[in-house]
Amino acid sequence: MINITIIAKREFKSYFATPLAYIFLVIFLALTGAFAFYIGRFFSTEQASLQIFFTYHPWLYMMLIPAIAMRLWAEERKTGTIEILMTLPVSTAEAVLGKYFAAWAFSGIALLLTFPIWLSVNWLGNPDNGVIVASYLGSFFMAGAFLAIGSCISALTKNQVIAFIVAATVCFLFTMSGLDMVLDFFRAWAPEIVVQTVASMSFLTHFSAILKGVIDIRDLIYFLSLIAFWLFANVIVIDQKKAS
Amino acid sequence: MTEKISLNQLTKQFGPILAVNNISMSVGSGEVLGFLGPNGAGKSTTMRMITGFIEPTSGSIEVLGMNVAKNPVEVKRSIGYLPEGAPTYGDMTAKSYLNFIAEIRGFKGAEKRRRVDTVINNVNIENIINQPIDTLSKGFKRRVGLAQSLIHDPEILIMDEPTDGLDPNQKYQVRTLIREMSKEKAIIISTHILEEVEAVCSRAVIIAQGRLLADGTPEELLTKASNHNAVVITINNSIASDKLENAIEAIPNVSTIEFLPINNEDKNVSRLRVFPKNSSSIAGTIGELLRSKDIPIHEMFIERGTLDDVFRKITAPEDFSDD
Repeated sequence: MINITIIAKREFKSYFATPLAYIFLVIFLALTGAFAFYIGRFFSTEQASLQIFFTYHPWLYMMLIPAIAMRLWAEERKTGTIEILMTLPVSTAEAVLGKYFAAWAFSGIALLLTFPIWLSVNWLGNPDNGVIVASYLGSFFMAGAFLAIGSCISALTKNQVIAFIVAATVCFLFTMSGLDMVLDFFRAWAPEIVVQTVASMSFLTHFSAILKGVIDIRDLIYFLSLIAFWLFANVIVIDQKKAS
Repeated sequence: MTEKISLNQLTKQFGPILAVNNISMSVGSGEVLGFLGPNGAGKSTTMRMITGFIEPTSGSIEVLGMNVAKNPVEVKRSIGYLPEGAPTYGDMTAKSYLNFIAEIRGFKGAEKRRRVDTVINNVNIENIINQPIDTLSKGFKRRVGLAQSLIHDPEILIMDEPTDGLDPNQKYQVRTLIREMSKEKAIIISTHILEEVEAVCSRAVIIAQGRLLADGTPEELLTKASNHNAVVITINNSIASDKLENAIEAIPNVSTIEFLPINNEDKNVSRLRVFPKNSSSIAGTIGELLRSKDIPIHEMFIERGTLDDVFRKITAPEDFSDD
């Protein structure tokens, strides 16, 4: 347990050792704002709610989360430091979790820094703050799921660009599987159960459920089990590389 | 001497490439074992298997009586490892990097500070500890890597080319450090600098194409040099050299004689090298022969041979034609 904390601390600091963290935070904040105000017509809807703001999160995460995740393992492989890390007295799972939590905490900070928009709606009207808290939580867990995918894929290569592109594609598929564009394709021929399964795999389906302000335990379990699955795969990938 | 590391029929295959081929050996406490071999011989692969970074295809490794595959974390606790190229987290300062390693190795508070300060002092990096490692020169980077491997004063030390990229003074320091530590540790270093083997190693193994080809003290390996115990004598030209040649060749343990070119302006002397059979000692007999014939000797010395020569003899690819 203590090892996870030590690794996470080191990893977290390393985001801020280069301009990466600051560039990411600025772009993330600029884009969340731009999407909500220009594409989402945040003001024209004249509603005191952040639903529009959160609606665009899956799409932003699809591009931005792989950018945080791509370096997690690919960089260690490229610089050879993985040989240091994996010959220290830590288990593979501790290393995977430590790095993952650092990245997740970082994405959490990015999310927290969007608080001015929450202050704005509270100043302009009377939003349902319960829904907003639920949405923030949902967004945080969704970021965690995207990150777990990115971390696992980063472990497959020493090339960060490949890690980014592949992770973004997988994230895209996970998001898209809830859209009618994809579901109609299945509805044409597949039984309802298949359509439901595909839709249930989608980030959008679960995220929009949370945005309505209902934290259904099943939606959280969905994100948590997705995180667990991809991190488990991450451990296997690293152990597999050891044996190959 | 107790056995600290033992390799049993260790084999590693990367796809079609056999990187390590059935190597068995052991290293005891107080030993400094030198791994010699051409590039790509399997030295780094073997070290990576001992440290648990990669898994063998077959065979097993025991470190301090523990199986590496079964107790990886326990084994890693007892090993200090300097990987090839001494990788480090370049964006950290040397100090924060060493603190991180010390924490992961389980040290806290005052003990952590003491450990970090000790290694910083041991490898002489006091002046640069607050600089990001990426900004350091190659020699300093390597010493930070070396410090990392020593922080927990491990019983087992495995260093892949520890002096690569250091200047002669730094090499000397690192070798002195290794010799000082060698008493209570088992140390394996890989190198292709052969003088290093003579300087620090109590034992050397030569590996090529994944196979262990020679194992012995540097002295023992030297006996495999073609000119080991050869005698070089310089005498006046006036002496009828063919007669002398015949006389020397008549000595039972002499195999051949070779005339060496004289480089300096003194053309009145000739120099010859007498090769013994089976590296036996022939200097005494030759000396007696020359004295009995009243031949004045300008110069006479015994060659030890060089590890370079042994290395080439053992690892040159044509030696594998028989398999």
